Amino acid sequence: MTLQLNAKVPEGPIADKWENHKFDSRLVNPSNKRKFKILIIGTGLAGASAAASLGELGYDVEVFTFHDSPRRAHSIAAQGGINAAKNYHNDGDSIYRLFYDTVKGGDYRSREANVHRLAEVSLNIIDQATAQGVPFAREYGGLLDNRSFGGAQVSRTFYARGATGQQLLLGAYSALMRQVDRGKVKLHTRSEMLDVVVKDGRAVGVVVRDLVNGDVTAHSGHAVVLATGGYSNVFYLSTNAMASNVTAIWRAHRRGAAFANPCFTQIHPTCIPASDEFQSKLTLMSESLRNDGRIWVPKNVNESRAANEIPAEDRDYYLERVYPAFGNLVPRDVASRASKRMVDSGHGVGPLRNGVYLDFMSAIERDGRASVEDKYSNLFEMYNRITDEDPYNVPMRIYPAPHYTMGGLWVDYNLMTTVPGLYAIGEANFSDHGANRLGASALMQGLSDGYFVLPSTIGDYLADYLNTDAVPSDDPVFTKIEDEVVSQVDGYLTTDGRRSVDWFHKELGKIMLEHCGMVRNESGLQKALSDIPALHEEFKSDTRVLGRNESLNQSLERAQRVDDFFELAQAMCVDALDREESCGGHFREEHQSGEGEAMRDDEHYAYVSAWEWTGDAAAPELNKESLDFENVELTTRSYK
Amino acid sequence: MNITLQVWRQEGPDARGEFKTYQVDGVSDEMSFLEMLDLLNERLVNQGEEPVAFDHDCREGICGSCGVMIDGQPHGPQLGTATCQLHMRKFEDGASIVVEPWRATGFPLVRDLVVDRSSFDQIIEAGGYISVDTGSAPDANLIPIPKGVADIAFDAAACIGCGACVAACPNGAANLFTAAKISHLNLLPQGQAERWTRTENMVEIMEDYFGSCTNHGECEKACPKQISIDFIAMMNADFVKAKFKNRRLVSQS
Repeated sequence: MTLQLNAKVPEGPIADKWENHKFDSRLVNPSNKRKFKILIIGTGLAGASAAASLGELGYDVEVFTFHDSPRRAHSIAAQGGINAAKNYHNDGDSIYRLFYDTVKGGDYRSREANVHRLAEVSLNIIDQATAQGVPFAREYGGLLDNRSFGGAQVSRTFYARGATGQQLLLGAYSALMRQVDRGKVKLHTRSEMLDVVVKDGRAVGVVVRDLVNGDVTAHSGHAVVLATGGYSNVFYLSTNAMASNVTAIWRAHRRGAAFANPCFTQIHPTCIPASDEFQSKLTLMSESLRNDGRIWVPKNVNESRAANEIPAEDRDYYLERVYPAFGNLVPRDVASRASKRMVDSGHGVGPLRNGVYLDFMSAIERDGRASVEDKYSNLFEMYNRITDEDPYNVPMRIYPAPHYTMGGLWVDYNLMTTVPGLYAIGEANFSDHGANRLGASALMQGLSDGYFVLPSTIGDYLADYLNTDAVPSDDPVFTKIEDEVVSQVDGYLTTDGRRSVDWFHKELGKIMLEHCGMVRNESGLQKALSDIPALHEEFKSDTRVLGRNESLNQSLERAQRVDDFFELAQAMCVDALDREESCGGHFREEHQSGEGEAMRDDEHYAYVSAWEWTGDAAAPELNKESLDFENVELTTRSYK
Repeated sequence: MNITLQVWRQEGPDARGEFKTYQVDGVSDEMSFLEMLDLLNERLVNQGEEPVAFDHDCREGICGSCGVMIDGQPHGPQLGTATCQLHMRKFEDGASIVVEPWRATGFPLVRDLVVDRSSFDQIIEAGGYISVDTGSAPDANLIPIPKGVADIAFDAAACIGCGACVAACPNGAANLFTAAKISHLNLLPQGQAERWTRTENMVEIMEDYFGSCTNHGECEKACPKQISIDFIAMMNADFVKAKFKNRRLVSQS
């Protein structure tokens, strides 16, 4: 271990830590804030909310997105909702319960203090979003409605039909555009960050490529914030948007930022199964559907009848059977593995027998079709467009798909990475979800980090650099990295191989899904660790990127992203090999009970794995942050 | 399925563009329209021809990145469906399909099927927000909002900013886009404080980039979220009122 991992968790009782910390942190006075330039990469929930909030505070902010508009970030696709411990429904919710559920749901692999702060801040997020005009669902009395979600026994999820992420992102985007209008935030669209610049051990700027004309430019600032999302696209087929990638945080990792728990990936239980070999991505159906939908498979392995012709006695509602307390609302990892077991044992449904049923007939009979339409109509329409089937009459078919990555850059309580001045927020960091994220918690965390946490913690770092100019962007440290980026880009264009970038991406995805997906074992991971570098070498010598750097070149963009996925994939496998236990989304076949339930090993693995780049993607160095649980008692997660 | 495509190819804003014909065989009817373009691109790369550039990202019909003219219709023939959600089963085997970028003065061409829609961001920048600094919000349940109002506000807020409304309009007008955002905010109690300045400012920026609405109604038909042109009427009414209200405020100051 060469890194000093200081999580900087404040002293005091858990409920007071955040308040104490805010008081103890140094501030930058309002008239000095404009002297600090902060560069933010990414405009999803975390990036847009951070840029808007820091702009409001008076900092000089520049924000970069590779999209044509900040509103396109993939936060927009979140459907189900956002958690907050408002207890508007008098069902026993509290900040402590949300904290407890999140730590438990994360299978005790997250940092208590961060999670408690998240639960505290959740209340403010709902207030903020409502004030911005986010049209959350309401009851007839005009007050906010809630629904329940996986992993919780209270209704604490706020939602806006099936498009909560869209409405929250548009709220954050509007706040961001207001600051752009005021000149507080400068917006760079179609601009992709390709490296972080570190000088004297501090992050001092970034190097960015303009995707339209290929210009590579240096940008300097007092602090750099990465809000670039997760890396599920390492699996090729995932619920992520096509352009979602690991490049920004991976390149930061190569410049010294530790990467935490890369193997903690979440497979979402309710996605539409793949239909053919040309499938380019998988579409998620909101987990909220599990509130009213019942999951089942035919009891008979070779069932040939249509779903509606199978009588109740021939159906196996396996989640309700195995987990009576939580039923269809068990957490995502549990639900996903149960579906996989059913399909693997021959009970799969659909033309390719690669799904399970999610059935709404009971809800329609109980509450009427209108009630179901009101809650889920847009999801049902989406399902219909993709499959040509009508879920009001025929059960949906679903199957798990890679969705969210709990792993990410290691950050301390201030959300700063191991590189001073470099921050990671939202899905790009590892901090709050442990080994498994609960539904409706991603939106909460992205906005918590961006609206409330980062604006309160960044001042403490900046205070040291008052009246210190940012390193000029023509400093040799910048020009050197600019040159490196330019030559890397040229490298892809001159390889002149035979295969497309997508071909390599698909092959990599197959390896990862098979050996580092929902279920992992030692021999599979070893095989992946020998196959991936071989394929990567082939990629380097045999990839074909046509066209030029100087005009929009989408193959070129993808080539550099896939290149980084190859390195990340190795880190994921190394991490999965190291973690000889099953916890949350990480399931090692060697570590399961006789009934196939995950077996955690708190004695040996209650730590965060923070991997340090060594120059060899297959041999990163492990640093451990041990996790201390002072408030939540470690128990075997049981949803039975 | 076998498909013949006529695709608009143009290397850059100043280059000369032209239609090129491609034969795409072996298309599955389970494919989305964009997956069919992926297949074309994979084959083009293998043949040594540069792939067709097109914007796309979430492929779930929500990010608003994608959108092309398919046989002259924005997002193609299926009502209320973005290009990424359109599936090949909606086409006949042997069909010939013309694929073009959005054509509008407000959306300059970048390359092939990709256009520049940053004018939409400028409209939002002009007032498509409620001014509430982080941390200053009251409790979310302080102001009850009747369910009906919240629902209509949501209908307007569902806009994904794809630009199909502009592409569909014979005048290249962006009234449906602008009206959707104005109506979303103007309907809600939180949006009242800035209602009149918002309306006037956003409409003025809109007119800098886009043509004028003459009530063709093509935008509503093209909209993948089926946003109603009633919102344009609402915007127009508010715009007229804003002209008086904003003037009165000036005279008072």
